[in-house]
Amino acid sequence: MSDESDRRDTIVRYSAGERTNHWVVAICFLLLALSGLALFHPAMFWLSNLFGGGTWTRILHPFIGIVMFVAFILLIVRVWSDNRIGERDWQWLKQWRDVVNNREENVPEVGRYNGGQKLLFFVLVVCVFGLLLSGFAIWRPYFAPYFPVGLARLAATVHAICAFVMICAIIVHVYAGIWVKGSVHAMTRGTVTPGWAWKHHRAWFRDVIRRGQ
Amino acid sequence: MALQSLDIIRRSATTTPSPNVRAEATTELAKLIDVSKCIGCKACQVACMEWNDLRDEVGTNIGAYQNPHDLSENSWTLMRFAEYENPKGDLEWLIRKDGCMHCADPGCLKACPSPGAIVQYANGIVDFHEENCIGCGYCITGCPFNVPRLSKRDNKAYKCTLCSDRVSVGLEPACVKACPTGAIVFGTKADMKDHAEERIVDLKSRGFEQAGLYDPEGVGGTHVMYVLHHADKPEIYCDLPSNPKVSPMVRLWKGAAKPLALGVMALTALAGFFHYIRVGRNETRASDEAAAQREMEKAHE
Repeated sequence: MSDESDRRDTIVRYSAGERTNHWVVAICFLLLALSGLALFHPAMFWLSNLFGGGTWTRILHPFIGIVMFVAFILLIVRVWSDNRIGERDWQWLKQWRDVVNNREENVPEVGRYNGGQKLLFFVLVVCVFGLLLSGFAIWRPYFAPYFPVGLARLAATVHAICAFVMICAIIVHVYAGIWVKGSVHAMTRGTVTPGWAWKHHRAWFRDVIRRGQ
Repeated sequence: MALQSLDIIRRSATTTPSPNVRAEATTELAKLIDVSKCIGCKACQVACMEWNDLRDEVGTNIGAYQNPHDLSENSWTLMRFAEYENPKGDLEWLIRKDGCMHCADPGCLKACPSPGAIVQYANGIVDFHEENCIGCGYCITGCPFNVPRLSKRDNKAYKCTLCSDRVSVGLEPACVKACPTGAIVFGTKADMKDHAEERIVDLKSRGFEQAGLYDPEGVGGTHVMYVLHHADKPEIYCDLPSNPKVSPMVRLWKGAAKPLALGVMALTALAGFFHYIRVGRNETRASDEAAAQREMEKAHE
């Protein structure tokens, strides 16, 4: 196949920069979830072996957290404008039964991101800020001593709740990627087929061809 | 067999029973501190640092008898001095020997994420095993008495052991041995309560109407108890909490939340798996590609 026909068969969805940014966050998240779960439930403590033991798990976790937070902020800047929730998105979310049963033809047209993706985005934004702020109050030995113990208790609970919500949200996110065929390719190689864009993100598809890609 | 206690009734971050064949034969012990007999000599502090081979840094005088200023990784017990003006307008010098209370329901152990870093023996002693400590400081968050301290040298948490090493071979804790007035006594918890009863009767006969025993219910009772001449106002003894409890935040975080959160995470993943099995993937078909091509051609024209 020549370069030209290749080009007509694909649409760029994520640039190399966006993909790198996404996967930096993803790798950090995976490490954070594994090390965090190790300290959360005794049944998961064995995961601390992956980090060189309990003490290393305790040392590394907050630093990885800072890396993820910075990378996540960059990601927020990249995708914020495409994630504003509108009337169309609420309607999309109301028809979640159609969505999960692969009856996509019944739901409103979708822009670059659908209602579910936008909801996920804002859930993650809240969680990441919650985790950062509460994390400082329990980060020993550096920051925790400057917070009153009552606040540290609250922070530990908030940290656990935010992490729990975030882990569940990411499980949904990962599964959605597997479920909607072509999504993993979009985030690994950057491109989707025109049919994929037409089916799942029709308004965005029309935008792209109008701009003459 | 290695030297081991075989009477561990609770072990941090452990979901199966710990070796405890000796637990049945063990009696609950307690240290009783009679605040009304204390003269503030600090012999207990000296005995503690001697027996445990601890040397705190020499601090500065802040115009109080309290020395050092606070508990630390090297000072596991501390005489706290309060100048209290009673309703009659008289000054009372209230001296309280602070340190780990060895709670029956220990918040530190509940919060600890590292298996075996904190254990509770059948005799009631709550002991830190620093070899297993990871330095997260959750014990500090869990403790309702503000006792554990993280060492700046090794980032491990330290506190009073109730001289578990001495007690295990039939000796009383070092502070008890050193106390010149008999303000600190040690024995079975039942005996200590009986002794406290006698002391309270005596104190009441001397005009301390509110004298009583401090063995707070909220943490299931403690294995370090106080006889207070003003048991109705524990706070006047340098902020001894009147109703200490493991914080509801800690109970939630290291209690119900643990199995609940793991369960919901597992269910979320399972929901995905069964969605895949029942509904299957959302695939782009040839008809979708054709529709897209039609629109693209139209846009070209």
